Amino acid sequence: MAGLALVAPALAIVVAFFIVPLGISFALAFRGKDGRFTLEHFAKAFDLYTTDLVFTLAIVLLASALIAIVAIAIAGYLTLGENPRAVAVLRWLYRWPLFIPFVVTGQVMRTFLAKNGMLNHVLIGAGLLEPLAAQSLLDWRGIVVAFVWKQAPFVTLLVAGAMASLERGHIEAARNLGAPRWRVLWDIVLPQVRGTVLVGIVLSFVTMLSVLSVPLMINPNSPTMITVDVAYRINTHSDYAVANALCLLSLLVAASGAWFYLRHAARSAETG
Amino acid sequence: MATSLRWPRLLLTALLLALFAFAIFGPLANLLLWAFAEKWYFPSKLPSEFGFAFWRRVFNPRGNALASLGTSVWIAVLTVVVSLAVAIPAGYALARLRLPWRSAILLLFLLPQAVPNLPIYVNIARVFYEVGLNGTVTGVVLVHAAHGLVLAVWIASAAFAAVDASLDEAARNLGATPWTCFRTITLPLAAPGLMASAIFVFLESLDEFTGTYFVGVPDVTTLPLLMFNASMGGNYQIASITALLLLVPSIGFMLVVERFLKADVLAMVGR
Repeated sequence: MAGLALVAPALAIVVAFFIVPLGISFALAFRGKDGRFTLEHFAKAFDLYTTDLVFTLAIVLLASALIAIVAIAIAGYLTLGENPRAVAVLRWLYRWPLFIPFVVTGQVMRTFLAKNGMLNHVLIGAGLLEPLAAQSLLDWRGIVVAFVWKQAPFVTLLVAGAMASLERGHIEAARNLGAPRWRVLWDIVLPQVRGTVLVGIVLSFVTMLSVLSVPLMINPNSPTMITVDVAYRINTHSDYAVANALCLLSLLVAASGAWFYLRHAARSAETG
Repeated sequence: MATSLRWPRLLLTALLLALFAFAIFGPLANLLLWAFAEKWYFPSKLPSEFGFAFWRRVFNPRGNALASLGTSVWIAVLTVVVSLAVAIPAGYALARLRLPWRSAILLLFLLPQAVPNLPIYVNIARVFYEVGLNGTVTGVVLVHAAHGLVLAVWIASAAFAAVDASLDEAARNLGATPWTCFRTITLPLAAPGLMASAIFVFLESLDEFTGTYFVGVPDVTTLPLLMFNASMGGNYQIASITALLLLVPSIGFMLVVERFLKADVLAMVGR
């Protein structure tokens, strides 16, 4: 019982400032003006924002896929790379964006990817792009780039850690038998760290779904992400009903991801 | 065969690393340029004048940037105090004591990380508005602490689990009270891990945007909000300088994180 007393204050805060607001969100999304159960707020949300729901899902899925590819590639090279100097440089390089806040990432990309930004100047300078063909990337592409730039290091950190703790014997054996490195990565290393990759991707997926600053700064106009619509419903219309309906829809999307995550966490808690 | 393959391969590695370095540092370099640009007109590649005029504006004692920095740091410190005050006992109990429904409690502490936070902030803001907590430092600290707490509990629990429990038992056998054991043995040994969780919580609070955006309006302007407002107002210099201020602690922590979070603690996270 002493244990419960020690946990109680922390639990109370989580319940008061997390569980209760979540409950309120459900209540407001399903309650009509007369106080009865209704689905009209969801109907209105779909009516106004179906495009944005699809847009959000597409961006977050695309970013998740790219993050997985980048993270596995970097972590794989860190584990299997044979040039120690290149491995050291890569290890030093990849983590810079790790703790950079999303709002700063938004500002950084807002200047870098603009029509007059550094990316276009470098591409033009290198002769890879005609000056007249330069265009601003501040639309869905900008959001994806910002998400991948910010989240890939986080997933890489997790995956590289998991790969580092693998049994080296299998890897050495396969290499000695003449297997190329990409086959070792795909057939031997990756299956053993699948859980870690999944956890990292799901955490990023959920995080990206609730980021407001990046879409607001890079692509505030329609079609845009659901978070921007929620802020708009509240700040401009004080429309908590539709805002909460939108919130619950993105929660539903996240829940499918979080379900994987919790299942994996529960399983490793049992075996660990 | 091996030697003829070696040079092209080295060159390819170097080229890929250079491209990767550009992907990481290019955006940051662009931010630096904007922070020191006095005049930068479309479509020139580089600013036509560099200088510190905007830095003087940001660091003007009567300007609102320093006030925001003060607000941000004060909120972050309070958030660390509140979070650790409840996370240390909770982490200790989760790591060391027999708890009923232990895995359910651990899952509950996981939920805020696994669920989008937007509905939470939106509805807390609505409740806080009714009780007069909107636009107050207390309101923002409570929101930040509820989120930071989760990480703090997990890291604190891992830090306590990584401390050898037999040291405790030996001291108990020699007649020390549980409180003395905790104060003189377990707490000092878990200190690096707890320090790491304090830094995590501090940074999370310092960088937090969405919660402050809804709960802090209109009176609490933290540094991220100031940066956002400057950027949306088209003042890229002020936005970039503020962004640099926010980058310093983030990058500093990235460089030292492994000193605080040792592998033995990391291995215990979530156990």
